[in-house]
Formats: sequence, C-alpha cells, structure tokens
Amino acid sequence: MIGGMSRIVVAMSGGVDSSVAAAMVVGITPDGNPPETTDEVVGVWMRTHPFSGEGWEAKRSCCSPDAADDARRVAQILGIPFFILNVEDAFGARVIDAFADAYLQGATPNPCQACNQYIKFDELLRRGLAAYGADQVATGHYARIDRVDGRWRLLRSLDANKDQTYFLWVLTQAQLAATRFPLGKLTKPQVREIAAQLGLPTAAKPESQEICFVPAGDYRALLEERRGYAGKPGPILDANGATVGTHTGYAHYTVGQRHGLGVALGEAVYVREIRPASNTVVIGARDEIAQSQFMVTDRRFVAGEPIADRFEARVRIRHRAPDVACSVTLLGADGLLVETAEPVWAPAPGQAAVLYDGDECLGGGRIALRDAPTAA
Amino acid sequence: MTIYLDHASTTALAREVFEAMLPYLSEHWGNPSSIHRSGRRARQGLDEAREAVAMLIGAKPREIVFTSGGTESDNLAISGVAWAASARGRHIITSAVEHKAVLQECALLERHGFAITYLGVDEHGLVDPEAVAAAITDRTVLVSIMAANNEVGTIQPVAEIGSVCRERRVSFHVDAVQAAPFLPIDVNDWQVDLLSLSAHKLYGPKGSGALFVRQGTPMVPLLQGGSQERQRRAGTENVAGAVGLAAAFAVTAEEPNRAGENDRLTTLRNVLLGGVTAIPGVRRTGHPRLRLPNSASVVIDGIEGGDLVAALDLEEIEASTGSACTTGSMEPSHVLLAMGIEPERARGSLRLTLGRENTPADVETTIEAVTRCVARLRAAAAAPEAKEAPAMSGAPSV
Repeated sequence: MIGGMSRIVVAMSGGVDSSVAAAMVVGITPDGNPPETTDEVVGVWMRTHPFSGEGWEAKRSCCSPDAADDARRVAQILGIPFFILNVEDAFGARVIDAFADAYLQGATPNPCQACNQYIKFDELLRRGLAAYGADQVATGHYARIDRVDGRWRLLRSLDANKDQTYFLWVLTQAQLAATRFPLGKLTKPQVREIAAQLGLPTAAKPESQEICFVPAGDYRALLEERRGYAGKPGPILDANGATVGTHTGYAHYTVGQRHGLGVALGEAVYVREIRPASNTVVIGARDEIAQSQFMVTDRRFVAGEPIADRFEARVRIRHRAPDVACSVTLLGADGLLVETAEPVWAPAPGQAAVLYDGDECLGGGRIALRDAPTAA
Repeated sequence: MTIYLDHASTTALAREVFEAMLPYLSEHWGNPSSIHRSGRRARQGLDEAREAVAMLIGAKPREIVFTSGGTESDNLAISGVAWAASARGRHIITSAVEHKAVLQECALLERHGFAITYLGVDEHGLVDPEAVAAAITDRTVLVSIMAANNEVGTIQPVAEIGSVCRERRVSFHVDAVQAAPFLPIDVNDWQVDLLSLSAHKLYGPKGSGALFVRQGTPMVPLLQGGSQERQRRAGTENVAGAVGLAAAFAVTAEEPNRAGENDRLTTLRNVLLGGVTAIPGVRRTGHPRLRLPNSASVVIDGIEGGDLVAALDLEEIEASTGSACTTGSMEPSHVLLAMGIEPERARGSLRLTLGRENTPADVETTIEAVTRCVARLRAAAAAPEAKEAPAMSGAPSV
C-alpha cells in the first residue's frame, strides 16, 4: 500500500479480456462517469520467450510482439504506465520445459495452468509487485474471488461458458488475497461491448486458442528442440493387445486423441493409454475409454485443508467439459481417489481433475499416470 | 517533479535551439536546392549551419554531411567507405563495445565478404591503440572506434588510434555521438577521417545528425536520387534539423561554459556513483577516471536492471539499463560482456546519466530511491516460489 491506496498491477496480454480488466480496475466505464477508484494502476505485459524463428510475426497469440503493441496502446488510452516484464527464464523452465516433459512421461501437459501457477500468480506477484511497489495483481480471467469467515474462496465466473477456474484451482490463500478478477461477473459479449464503447483497439480481436509458444500448433518440433526427442516408431495396440498400426513416437500422442492415428478399424478409435517404457500407444473405441474412477496426485485445496477425508463434490477433467457428481477419498499424503456417478470420458494423465461444490472451486489434483500397463 | 537521469538516451530540446529552428519550420520553408528566393533563403540556413558545425570540430564546411542522426552517420561512414575502397581491400577493424549502428553495419558487410576484426577491450572498456596497430593489414580500409561509450561512458584514446591509422594510411571513423556534449573535438588533433554527430544528445532535435567526411575520402552514398550533400546523401535536406544541430552544438560547446558544466557534472556524478556503489553488491562499470563527466553506470547483484528502471520510474526517477532494450529483451549488454562482466551480473545493469537541469538534491533523492528499490527487489527475488508441484509420478503415494 502506498499512502493508504493500493497500487495494482494489471497483467495485460494484448487481448480484449485483459484490456477490459485493466479498464475496470482503472475505473473507466463506458457511461463516461469519472473513475470511482483512487487506486494506482500499472499495466504490465510479460515477455515469455524471445521473438525469433518463423511464425511469430503472423501469430495471434498473447506472446507476440504485436500483442505487446496492442497492450501498450490500450495502456496509453487508459492513461496508465506500461512496462514489459521479462519472464523468459521462469516461463522456459516452468511452462515450456514442463510441457515437453509431460509428453515424455506419457502425460498431457497443462501449460495454461502452469503459466497461472508459476508465472502470473508467482513470478508477476513476487517480482513484478516488488518492481512496481504494488500490492495486488489483476488479470482478465473469468473467475470470481470472495471471502467468507476469513477464508478466500475461488468461484466460477457468472458466464459459465467462459469460466476459467479449471486453470486457477492451484491458487493459494495468499495468492487469492492479492488477486483481482474484474471480469468475473461479465459475459464475453459484455466485455467486447465495453471494449468497443471505450474505443479499445483490442475490442474485436479474435480469441487466441492455440498454445502461445507452439507457433504452428505442432509441438513435435518443440520436443526435439527442448528435450532432443525425435520420436521412434512403435506399435499401436488395440484393447486386446493386438498390433493394429505403427505410431511415430509415443510422445506425439495424447490420451483421447482421435486424429492422426493412421488406423482404420471401421469405427472411431481413440488413444486410451500411452506407455513410455515400451514406446506403445493403446487405442480403444469411444466407450472403452470412459472411466468411473481414477487416481489423482498432487492434491491441493483452495482453502488449504480438505473439507473431509471423504466427501461428495463435482469434478471436471478438462476445460469446458461438463462436470459430474463424484465421491472423493483422500489417499496418502497427496493423492485422491475420484469415483464418478457416471463414466467420464478419457481422463488424461497430467490433466487436472478440478473439484467443485456448486460455484465454489475446492481445488483438485492431477490425474495420475497408470502404474500398471493394463487398463484399469 | 520528475528527475531525468537518462541524458545518454536523449535530452530535452533547449529553448534557444527551438528558437533558432522555428523560422525554418515557418517562414523559411523553401527547398534549399531551388533557384528562387524561397530556396535561397533556406539554403542560407543550411550553409550557415554547415559552417557552424564545421567550425566547432575544426573541419571545412564541405566536409560536413547532414544526416538523419547518429545511426545514419555511422552506417554511412562504415558502408560508404567500405564499398568505395573495396577494390583495394575488404578488411575493417572495430571494437566489441561499439554502438549497434556500427556493429550491425559491420555484420552486414561481413555477409558480403568483408573481414571484420572486433578488438577486445580491458575491464574498463578501453581499446588498446597497439592492438589497433597490430590488427591493421594491407587489406585494411577502415578503423572505427567510438570516442566515448554510450553505456559506460569510457573515453577511448582516439588521438592515439588516429595517429596509428594516419601512419598506416587507413581511414579512421569516430562515433562521437556521446562525446560531443562534453569533449572538445578537433578532427585534426584526433586525425580522424570520419566523425559521427547527433543533435538530440546535445539538447537538439531528434532526426538530425552529421557525418564529417575528410576531403578526399572516397564515399559511396547510402541514399540515391539527388545531388544533395555533394552526392553523399540524396534527399531534400532537413533544414530546420541542420539548423537545430548547429545551434545545439554551439550552445553546448561554448567555452568556458562547457568546462564549468563538466566540472559541475563530475562533482555530481562522483556523489551519485559513490552513493549507489555504497549499496552492497553494486559495482561501477566503465573506467574510474577516463569517463564522461555525466555518466554513472553500475551492475547490481540479484536484480534485473529492467525491473529496477520500472521501479524508479514509479518513484518519478527516469533511468536506463544502458543497453538497447527492445521489447523487454533480457540479452545482457554486449558492452558489459566485452568488459568481462558475467552475463548473470550484466543483467543487473543501471545507467544514470546527468544533464544540465540536475541538482545536488536530485542526486540525493536518487541515491535514496535506488537503495530502497534495490532492497525491495532483492527481497522479492529471495522469497520462496509458490509451492512446488511434484513431478508427475506413476501413482499416488498411498
């Protein structure tokens, strides 16, 4: 705090969401009312990797130099200072290398969650807040935070379509205490309308969908570049263990993947399991890869403590998938057993299993790799 | 009130310079190449500016080429001479601590088959004139060494290097962009054949500079399409810019005011550098004595220079990391690396460059703010990271 008022750092990606989040924190509203806040606001764009190689120029991602230009323009229009924070080292180790390593372990990486956990709500919070003398960080995430009985709660956004708590379940009490999500009560169309009314150049900018550090959407080159993994052909097995095809290297596949298998069995088949040790990819029909129970590691709870040793909740196992009722049992020091009321489709090792009680995000964990080479 | 300590980046346009330029932005708008009265009036301004600049460096007016600034002057000096002399030889000698306007132009020539020798420097950033002599071959056509470094302020022994080049009959280019506000320049004392100047480091306008080209130095132009500047730089002249350069240079170089201002700045700088290096883990960069009077540059352990500059900005102190900082790049400065500073340490660089309007109170305020911000940044860097996510394991540990 500086003289009783807050200094807030807004993480500006150059997209419409964080642009409007910045406007909301500044207190500028389209109705032309003067800002209601006296807080001091600083816009920060994070440089996550060097601008080099093919594809960066044309890319519509939050990490291109064009995005930095957009963020700067928005900051100028809002009349706030704008800085670039270089987070290349942390991003390279915590997001890009972790992304490659997950594939090499036969898991599906979760780079957006890693970026939140280690970059936006750690690197920016610690280093950025020190640099800018700020005490809070605001982002353009669709989620809400409130405080009940002295505990911070993470809540789904009112726009269920946009809710991003699936990527935020890792946040701790200390991180939530220093965080603002100004878009939590808005819908995406409302956000675009506010941006348009304020004349922000990012108002009509398309959504970035692909992974920001994989320019052409092909992560195979990245595995080779970061970890020397070129891929070695191996067998594709069906559920009975019969060889039905050849793959280009186990790390090129993810559980639930349908396309690019080169297998024609007369019905749609999906990757069911990846076995790094034997360089094997196992496939199955759609109904063969649903599961009603799975293990989770690295459990965390937003409140800090689990609510009970065994409790009822709802679980979501991928972004935008519907969540389903489940029973959760604590296992050992950091595990969970999740038993769902109905089968969930293709729980992918490495992906988050995020637990909810109504709108409240309770926490979650990572879906565990299978310990045995047979299907559960 | 904001304290501006980034005079090596640019300076505010001086009132008297603005006033000298104003007629050439209003009533004297003619094209200096025109035959008619309007053209002649503009031409007069250009000619007077050329005379003034020439006089200030001991040159002839015809040896001054007006350019768009220091970068163009450097580019023109290097490529202009290299291509003109390419039949005789294709070897250029420069140093590892030059401005990128020199280094990148040399790198471009390297791709066209020129050989470039990048001389190393000592721990203070000094080039050894004997190393220049040793590097010259019968194929060498140009030596380019700056008068003073833009990042650490180290002043090079240009007169000695000039004497080596003259003796060996090699053209000698000096980038004097940073030195011009402080050092008396005489192209004959220094025995230089080409010398770059920029107006906006002298309280003049941006987009205006000059290149001294000694008479008889063969030169191929970078810009084609007109006979302006004696065929060395095509394009209708920036008359107001040239007038601004001349006015700014004249005001800055006027003696004994310059010597007095240099003394004042040296005193302020010594206090500033002393105060900042009193912080543990802060080291001066550049030469202890042979440095520009306004330049205080340091490396600070345990912080990112860019973070400190942002922190100081929010305390209304404007500083720089010193290196060409493009969109948050964290490339350590080539100058600091060349001086043998470890890359990790070079990332914590801070450059404070004083100017006319700075006061002893500014210096005190700055020392306090740097001390406070460095402590805050170091505390944050030392704080533990968020709870470690365990590596993916095969199954929950039951």
